[in-house]
Amino acid sequence: MKGFLNKLPEQAIRVIVVFLVLAAGVFVIRQFIIPPEMKEPTLQKLSSMEREADKEVKYAGAQACGPCHEKQHDIKKTGYHRDLSCESCHGAAQKHADNPTDVKPTSPQKRDYCSYCHTYNSSRPTGFPQINPDTHNPRKPCITCHDPHNPKPPQTPRSCTACHAQIERTKAASYHALLGCTVCHSTPEKHKLSPRTVTPTKPDTREFCGKCHDKASPGKGVPAVDMNAHGEKYVCWQCHYPHMLGGI
Amino acid sequence: MEAVQNFMELSQQVVGFIYPNEIEIHWSILIVVYPYITGLVAGAFILASLVKVFNVKELQPTYRLALLTALAFLLIAPLPLQLHLGRPERSYEMFMTPNLTSAMAMFGFVYLWYLMSVLLLEIWFEYRRDMIVWSGEATGLKKWTLKVLSLFSTDISEKAVAFDKKTVKVITVIGIPSAFLLHGYVGFIFGSIKANPWWSSVMMPVVFLFSAIVSGIAIVMLLYMIIMPLRGGKIDMKCLDKVASFLFYAVIVDFSIEVLDFIHRLYESEESIKILSQLVTTKLFMSLVVLQILLGMLLPLGIMVVIKVFKLQEELRRLLYFVCAVLIQMGIFSTRWNVVIGGQLFSKSFRGLTTYKMELMGIEGFLVALTLLILPFVILSILIKLLPPWKREELAGN
Amino acid sequence: MDRRDFLKNVCLFISSGAFVGGLSPEVWAKMIHKDYDPAKHYYGMGIDIDRCIGCGRCMQACKTENDVPDVPYYFRTWVERYVIKTDRSVTVKTISTSLEDPADTFVEKDMLRSFFVPKLCNQCDHPPCVQVCPVGATFKTDDGVILVDEKRCIGCRYCIQACPYGARYLHPKTRVADKCTFCYHRLVRGLLPACVEVCPKQARVFGDMKSIASPLGRFTRMNKTHVLKPSLNTDPKVYYANLDGEVN
Repeated sequence: MKGFLNKLPEQAIRVIVVFLVLAAGVFVIRQFIIPPEMKEPTLQKLSSMEREADKEVKYAGAQACGPCHEKQHDIKKTGYHRDLSCESCHGAAQKHADNPTDVKPTSPQKRDYCSYCHTYNSSRPTGFPQINPDTHNPRKPCITCHDPHNPKPPQTPRSCTACHAQIERTKAASYHALLGCTVCHSTPEKHKLSPRTVTPTKPDTREFCGKCHDKASPGKGVPAVDMNAHGEKYVCWQCHYPHMLGGI
Repeated sequence: MEAVQNFMELSQQVVGFIYPNEIEIHWSILIVVYPYITGLVAGAFILASLVKVFNVKELQPTYRLALLTALAFLLIAPLPLQLHLGRPERSYEMFMTPNLTSAMAMFGFVYLWYLMSVLLLEIWFEYRRDMIVWSGEATGLKKWTLKVLSLFSTDISEKAVAFDKKTVKVITVIGIPSAFLLHGYVGFIFGSIKANPWWSSVMMPVVFLFSAIVSGIAIVMLLYMIIMPLRGGKIDMKCLDKVASFLFYAVIVDFSIEVLDFIHRLYESEESIKILSQLVTTKLFMSLVVLQILLGMLLPLGIMVVIKVFKLQEELRRLLYFVCAVLIQMGIFSTRWNVVIGGQLFSKSFRGLTTYKMELMGIEGFLVALTLLILPFVILSILIKLLPPWKREELAGN
Repeated sequence: MDRRDFLKNVCLFISSGAFVGGLSPEVWAKMIHKDYDPAKHYYGMGIDIDRCIGCGRCMQACKTENDVPDVPYYFRTWVERYVIKTDRSVTVKTISTSLEDPADTFVEKDMLRSFFVPKLCNQCDHPPCVQVCPVGATFKTDDGVILVDEKRCIGCRYCIQACPYGARYLHPKTRVADKCTFCYHRLVRGLLPACVEVCPKQARVFGDMKSIASPLGRFTRMNKTHVLKPSLNTDPKVYYANLDGEVN
């Protein structure tokens, strides 16, 4: 080792010394001068999580409102809006929960807030109650007829359009425009309360459509097929969409 | 509300659908400049190593120039990165807690390794004898600068100089893989992003590497042709022809690899192919098809073929080489642009394209980028003053 | 407070010595928020496409709860509207939370099917953003949430490039990366994320995957679920039910 060092020319030793000094400097700075919270990922992660956890809560959560607003809470519990949090409509209310007298949450009175959800939109799932704000009692605030805590149509709807606007629109432009919904569907009363769990019926036999569309049927100008040869094992609506224009 | 107006303007440029957060292009012109500059470093070093490792004697006149060029650009390389950060003052975090799984975290280390252990060392051993001699001739500040730079070493015996030569060779041998690492790694930064099909490719580091070699050779050629006459020397045509023929082969390899990558993508025709072809034929048509491929690659290739086939006169050859080198620089800059900006112009939903509007004045704007591109030449001119790449007898001798 | 400070000092002391990274989860936990222990939870979210009505309340609540810049871009969560026409062409748009924008700008003529898709950070189990962060400022907590340390993020935006879902953005004020945290500050207090809290249709369900009885547990038991871009092997913890193949 000593012999090797002696063999090295002086310039090489100079370079090595410079590098060693630099390396030692870096080592000393990193090891002794920099405080641990600047170089320990574990600690940094921890303090970051702590900062994140300390952030201010703005929405008080579903449990916060009931104790004080018992009445509204009980009404809402059974109605169509039972899945809604109070804050879905009234806005972030943690401040109100902390200081009930001075800070009041918002309470939307105008039509436009309800229309976030209830304006007709062709992408909304069928069955969700939607209206056309231009034709549905224009300019009248929704809350004059509907109680937002227990919303119901003012009277039981004659047609199904209150919820099935999309189907109604499509059907209105189809050959079946003049057929009422109940011609083909029978609807249990409970469907109005639990739309997803109790559903209306659909025609379950081919003969049902055959009443009009079979070759032998008396209908005039109605497209007719030979029910025995056409469609094999399928019920008609498995291929044809009865609400659609033309339906073919 | 200025922000909203800004959004309205931007959203009008959007074709199809992009995720809402994609309205902003995150890596700007500065990140185009960064791989361009590191490419020049790696390429210039590879040219220098041809002299030392592969003993290409003709290239000797460009050796020191190539080293100084590499150093000048390497010193500027971290600047565009630093300036584009949202919080530049925190860049030291990269050394405090480098995340070992991050390609970008390795930048600091690869950079330091290349700067300290390769480039500076090689230049130091290469120039040591001359620095000692020059410091003896000079006076005042220059004398002392040179003395400090040579670390006050004094031994210019034959044995010591022979040691220098041997060391330079060893460092070059280490330097070649290091240069590959430096630029291949920049390619990996992009190539390893699986979310982005325009970037995500195992070929990316290779493409970056060869385009780096092309641009590095071209920039040294260009500088040689400009600086040599300025310093009162004569251009060595034998050297220039040799540089040009290395450039020619490098362009061919680079071109083949890029074509291979292109055909591979087209043939595999994955989910992203529709949006990528839309990108290439619309937003990137000018910079990719016209600037990068036609003007930046095929035209110089054609010119160099003409030079080789028709044995043109010296004067005309010089002119054409010059044109080629300029075109290639432009072409490689477009390559970087197309990778960095191109990769952000399409939505990761593969359903739409957005637009990059370059600022003029801002910190990530055109002027800053231009300054960063000019700075290396300023540094180079200082380096050349201090450490002349050619000795007086070389300048006069030819 | 005293106990927290004491424990913190203990941590600093331990980590500044030779033994680093061996902090027990209990020690961690008590420093973040009261008795909250991250190691005892693992969070995920379920989204039922069939239930989403595209009202945008989640987008609004998120902006309110998390101080997300109030501009029509920069979202921690957003809702996309898909319309697929009979010629199989697909149109997508991010819905607006403002009522001034016409809700239904798509023509419903020739519509084949249509739906809304809520999006947010998928809190991947193999997060590419964490992999690429050069300084380790974005990380996965023990309860499976990906957070950004806003004190250490350098704003290089590599994570934004690496995220396949466009879930990250550079916060214009702090100039660091920002993203959905599952409302981490709410989770440690036992509250739901703000978007889940206000969702009127329970299209978003949230839960702890370490607990058997949670809304998410039922969601994943009763539905065929799917994640976004599964081919990228990011292992998202946001599960979709009834997701359409066109969504990416």
